[in-house]
Amino acid sequence: MIRKLAGAVLASTIAAFVAAGPAEAAPKKDFKVCWSIYVGWMPWGYLSDSGIMKKWADKYGINVEITRINDYVESINQYTAGGFDGCSMTNMDALSIPAGGGVDTTALIVGDFSNGNDAVILKDKKDFKDIAGQRVNLVELSVSHYLLARALDDAGMAEKDVTVVNTSDADMVAAWGTADVTATVTWKPLVSEILKDPAATAVFDSSKIPGEIIDLMVVNTETLKDNPDFGKALAGAWYEVMTLMTSDTPEGRAAKEEMAKASGTDLAGFDEQLATTMLFAKPADAAAFTRGADLPKTMDHVRNFLFDHGILGTNTTSVDAVGMAFADGSTLGDAANVKLRFDPAYMDLAAGGKL
Amino acid sequence: MRLVNARPSRGAAVALAALPFLAVGLAYAIASAARLAANPADKLLPSPSQMAASLYGLAAVPDKRTGDLILWSDTAASLGRLAAGVGTATAVALVLGIAIGFVPRVRAALAPLVAVISVIPPLAVLPILLIALGLGEAAKITLIAIGIAPVMTRDVAQRVAEIPAELVVKAQTLGANTWTMVVRLVLPQVMPRLLVAVRLALGPAWLFLITAEALASESGLGYRIFLVRRYLAMDVILPYVAWITLLAVASDFLIARLSKRAFAWAHPREAS
Repeated sequence: MIRKLAGAVLASTIAAFVAAGPAEAAPKKDFKVCWSIYVGWMPWGYLSDSGIMKKWADKYGINVEITRINDYVESINQYTAGGFDGCSMTNMDALSIPAGGGVDTTALIVGDFSNGNDAVILKDKKDFKDIAGQRVNLVELSVSHYLLARALDDAGMAEKDVTVVNTSDADMVAAWGTADVTATVTWKPLVSEILKDPAATAVFDSSKIPGEIIDLMVVNTETLKDNPDFGKALAGAWYEVMTLMTSDTPEGRAAKEEMAKASGTDLAGFDEQLATTMLFAKPADAAAFTRGADLPKTMDHVRNFLFDHGILGTNTTSVDAVGMAFADGSTLGDAANVKLRFDPAYMDLAAGGKL
Repeated sequence: MRLVNARPSRGAAVALAALPFLAVGLAYAIASAARLAANPADKLLPSPSQMAASLYGLAAVPDKRTGDLILWSDTAASLGRLAAGVGTATAVALVLGIAIGFVPRVRAALAPLVAVISVIPPLAVLPILLIALGLGEAAKITLIAIGIAPVMTRDVAQRVAEIPAELVVKAQTLGANTWTMVVRLVLPQVMPRLLVAVRLALGPAWLFLITAEALASESGLGYRIFLVRRYLAMDVILPYVAWITLLAVASDFLIARLSKRAFAWAHPREAS
């Protein structure tokens, strides 16, 4: 990790020298998109491997290269640094990392929301309130941390009632096996693995805060504005795979099987993860969710959580520092500094069959 | 005059030494200014003033959640772990090193084991450490100690073995038994070398400390770096790296001074 960090610093220094000037806004032909392993993002790998992406890119006369990055945070950092034109991430990370870093970002596709994928798990305890006084192992400042904060809030407790211990997701399952770890917050497939332990009980999960942990495909707003074909190609390819994987056909099952294999599980395991994922298979549903009155409320929760934890930058003095724009044109936070936009336009095009 | 004979004056030497640092600083300032001109909220290469503001916030403004002054509580946590790990390793190296270097039967029994352990990469046995010791302080301190103790032990044992046989024979003709020789002859001889071993081990010890704090932690310099990496806060990471560098240089300097003070005889040429 240290090497990766050093590499990132070096690479960004070099990048800064090479591309010192502001990014020129000009139409371009080649686009790069990154994604990382998560049930809601597996279609990105499939649509790249199966040639569906190429088909849609060809239709608009562009090239779209889709890259899988093993480390989720690294993928977001690479996008923020300008290495990619689009990337898969959650609503919370989109606000804190690229938007907080001044990269104007548009949520192009609202893919799904976690409906039980993320869970608070206790060892030898069955009630959420038993978490009081415990050390809770989780990836700090991630959606797991947010879920814990919301769960504590629901139970009338506060974060000071527990001790948060930052633990890498790579070590989470092994950590659960040690006597030190009695409480954890994590996501599937780690949750499924940990729940195989008879001592483990999921006492709170994201299905109790539906629609708050949202999985997106975000793209650079400027790039999208100059190249609407990029957005159209991505949306077209995405919803073709959505239709395919939710159709009860042999082709649909084969597609899901391939995604299951790529995420290191089998069809049954993948279906189990899908069951706790509210996947917006139809673009009209995704667009309606994006227009929903709940989204600004959710983002208000999220930005307050981020601000309270100093994630919007240590120098940020106000929760309003980073602005957000919603489908109806309303904004949250600094309207003069809108950096995260929820725009259903491309989902609408897909819904209307205009791609 | 030939180039190899041109020696810089003291002032010129200082200026020459400062030059590469200034060049690196200037290169950074240019790159940072260029990126910030394109995007004022850019996080990758923060300006020196942004870093100073962040550092001030960490060092002087109590944290919103815990009320701690983050920089100092992180420093205390990390230095505590480092001291415990290096201290344990030093004690082990001294006791085991003298026994292996001075007592042939102990050497026969333990030297090969220590030699083998010293070549095992500690990070490769990390999963075993975690399962055996959990994720708490014990595992972090043990990782540091296991990482540096074998090499330090071999170093001390080697130095003990190099003590001239004449001295050992002389001590015995004066009636010393093994224990007296250890205390009066061997210990004073190896102490300066032990301090050198500690200085050399500090670099790896920092590496193991940062690694351990990345695994599971709630405070520490390494913990903070890995935590803020999540939102690309280079304005925190870069000052932290500079602070770690400063701490490492200062601790090295202090041990060197201690050695000169306590064992002046071991530094004949430097003592002036």
